[in-house]
Amino acid sequence: MTGKTLYDKIWDAHRVAEDANGETILYIDLHLIHEVTTPQAFAGLRAAGRPVRRPDRTLAVADHNVPTINQAAGTGAVADEEARLQLQTLERNVAEAGIEFFPMGDVRNGIVHVVGPEQGRSQPGMTIVCGDSHTSTHGAFGALAHGIGTSEVEHVLATQTLRQRKAKNMRVWFDGEPAPGVGAKDFALALIGLIGTGGGTGSVIEYAGPAIEALSMEGRMTLCNMTIEAGAKAGLIASDAKTFDYMRGRPAAPKSAAWEAAMTYWSSLHSDPDAVFDREIRIDTAALSPLVTWGTSPEDVVPVSGHVPDPADAPNAARATQIQRALDYMGLTGGQPISEARIDRVFIGSCTNSRIEDLRAAADVARGRKVAAHVSAMVVPGSGLVRDQAEAEGLDQILIAAGFDWREPGCSMCLGMNPDKLVPGERCASTSNRNFEGRQGPGGRTHLMSPAMAAAAAIAGHMIDMRDLPPVDGVA
Amino acid sequence: MKPFTRLDARAAPLDIANVDTDQIIPARYLKTVERTGLGKGLFAAMRYEADGSPKPDFVLNQSDYASAGVLIAGDNFGCGSSREHAPWALLDFGIRCVISTSFADIFYNNCFNNGLLPIVLPEDEVRSLMDEARGGNHVFSIDLEAKTVTLPSGRIVNFNLDAGRQEKLVKGLDAIGETLQHVSSIDDFEAQRRLTQPWVAA
Repeated sequence: MTGKTLYDKIWDAHRVAEDANGETILYIDLHLIHEVTTPQAFAGLRAAGRPVRRPDRTLAVADHNVPTINQAAGTGAVADEEARLQLQTLERNVAEAGIEFFPMGDVRNGIVHVVGPEQGRSQPGMTIVCGDSHTSTHGAFGALAHGIGTSEVEHVLATQTLRQRKAKNMRVWFDGEPAPGVGAKDFALALIGLIGTGGGTGSVIEYAGPAIEALSMEGRMTLCNMTIEAGAKAGLIASDAKTFDYMRGRPAAPKSAAWEAAMTYWSSLHSDPDAVFDREIRIDTAALSPLVTWGTSPEDVVPVSGHVPDPADAPNAARATQIQRALDYMGLTGGQPISEARIDRVFIGSCTNSRIEDLRAAADVARGRKVAAHVSAMVVPGSGLVRDQAEAEGLDQILIAAGFDWREPGCSMCLGMNPDKLVPGERCASTSNRNFEGRQGPGGRTHLMSPAMAAAAAIAGHMIDMRDLPPVDGVA
Repeated sequence: MKPFTRLDARAAPLDIANVDTDQIIPARYLKTVERTGLGKGLFAAMRYEADGSPKPDFVLNQSDYASAGVLIAGDNFGCGSSREHAPWALLDFGIRCVISTSFADIFYNNCFNNGLLPIVLPEDEVRSLMDEARGGNHVFSIDLEAKTVTLPSGRIVNFNLDAGRQEKLVKGLDAIGETLQHVSSIDDFEAQRRLTQPWVAA
C-alpha cells in the first residue's frame, strides 16, 4: 500500500459519513464568515428554523464592504446604503447566533484571511472554509482550506460539515534559491503563468521543496492565497518549526499541555515519502525574476524586464483573439516593453499582500524616495493589528513621507465593491490577486505584482524592477 | 430547490474563454442581502455601455437570444471568486444550463445547489453547439434524466454527469436536510474529537 499525502491525511481525519450519492460528509473545524456571502445563508436558516450548530467554531469579520477611512464612526456612518445594510445584517445575525465577531473599527478586525491566522484560529490539520475563494490562504498552516458558496455556508452553519468529493493530489516543488527581490508573489505568478488559471482544476496542491521551507509564514500565506488563481481547490504546506513559532502565544492557539499535544499531532501531518501524486511540477526559483501581469487573467505573466505578447506570435487563432482582447482592454500594444506602461494608481494591500512583512518590503523601497507626481498610491494594512504594528515600527511615517496614503484595514481596492476603486481607464500596480476585467472598478486596468514592485512602480511612475531604481541620496 | 428534469430553451453562444465570476456579476452588485434580482447585473460590463444602455453586439442583447435559457461558453467558465451570486444572476436572467469544455470547481459546485445544470462536453462538440446556436433556430432540448441535448438540427448529443449530482438536480434535493439525516454521526464525530483533539473541539 502506498503512503498518503498530507491532503489524504486531513481528509481521512475529517470523514463523518459517506452518502449514497458519492459525497463524503466532511467535518469542518473552522468557519470564517463575512458580510457579503452570508446574509442569504442566515435567512435560509431562519426560514427553515435551523440553529447554528457550532457558533464557537465560527468567526466573523467585516471586510469586503468597509470604507478604509473613519472606521471608528461605526457601521451607522457607512455612506453606501446597501453596504451599510449588509454590514448591519451581519451584526444582527452573529449576535443572534452567538458567533464571535470583530466589528469594523475593532483593532482585531481586518481581512478575514489575515485575521484567522493572526488570532491563532487557523491551525495545522484543520478543515477551514469561508464564503471567499481566497480561503486557500490558510493552507499555509498545513490546513485543508478552501472557498465555498453561500448555500454551502448555510450548510456548514447548520451542520458543521460539508458535502465533498475528493480532489486529486498535485505537488509543486519549488527548488533553488531565489534572487534578492524575488519572493512568494513571484512564485505564485510563475506557477499560474506556467499551468494557467485552469491548470489546478480538480486538484489540491501541496507546495514543497527547499524554497518553500525557506519562505516565512507570511510568504507561504501569499503563495497559498493565490492557489485559487491556478484553479486548484486548495493549496497547502506541511507545518514545521516556522509554523509553530508563528502560532505560539496567539490568542486562540492551544496553551501549555494542549500546545504540546497539538504539536505532537501537527508534526505527524506531512506527506509520506512514498505518497503518490497525480501530477508533479517543479519550478526553479533561482531562474525567476520579478514578475508582473500584462493582461486580464492572472496567467498573463511576464518578467518586468519583458515585453507584452504579440497576437501575431500566438500558437493559434483562438489564443491570438484572446491576447488581442486583453491588450485592447488593458490599453497596450503587442510587443511593447511592459515597463513603458505609465501607472496612475498603486494599491498595496489585500488578503494576498497586506501583512507586516509586505508593508516592511514596501517601506524599504519607499524610504527616502517620493511617489511620482502623477501617481496616487495607497497602503491598506490587512488588519487593525497589522496597522498598529506598522505604526510601532514607524513604517507609516516612511510611507506617508514618500507620498503614500495610509489607510484603515479592509479588502479595499482589491475588488471594486467599496469606495476604493479605479475609474475607467486607470492603470494600477496592485499587490492583489486578480486582474480580471473590471475587478478593481469598471474599466480599471490591473497589473499584479509584489509589494516591493508596487512600491517601486509608485516611485518610478511605471513598472520597473525595484533593483533598478536610482539609489537614494545619502545612502550608499 | 426547483427540480430540473427537462429544459426547452434558446441557446446563446458566448465564445470567450476564462469567463470569471467578476465578469458574470461584478462585485458592486453583491451588496445585497437577497438571492433574487441579480439578473440585472449579469455580464454587466459586456452587456451595458457606461451610460447603462445595452451594447447591441453583446449576444444576450440581441433579440434572438434575449430570452436564452442555455449559455454555451468557452473553457474554464466561472473561474475566480466563490460568489454564489454568479449562478443566482444567471438563473435570475433565465439561464438554467451552461455548456462548456470545463468549469471552475467552486462555480461548478454552486450550480448544483441552485438547480443550474453545468454540462461538460469535448471542445469539438462545444464548437458544433455554438455553430447550431448561431443558426436560425436556437432552441435546444435538454433531458437531464436521459442526459441528452437535442440540437435544432435534430442531432442528439449525450453528456456525462455522475448519478449523485444528477439526482440532486432532478429531485431538487435540500442538501442540509439530507445531511441532517446523519446528525448522529456528526454527534459521534464531535464526541470522539473532544477526546483526541481537545484543543480543536473544546
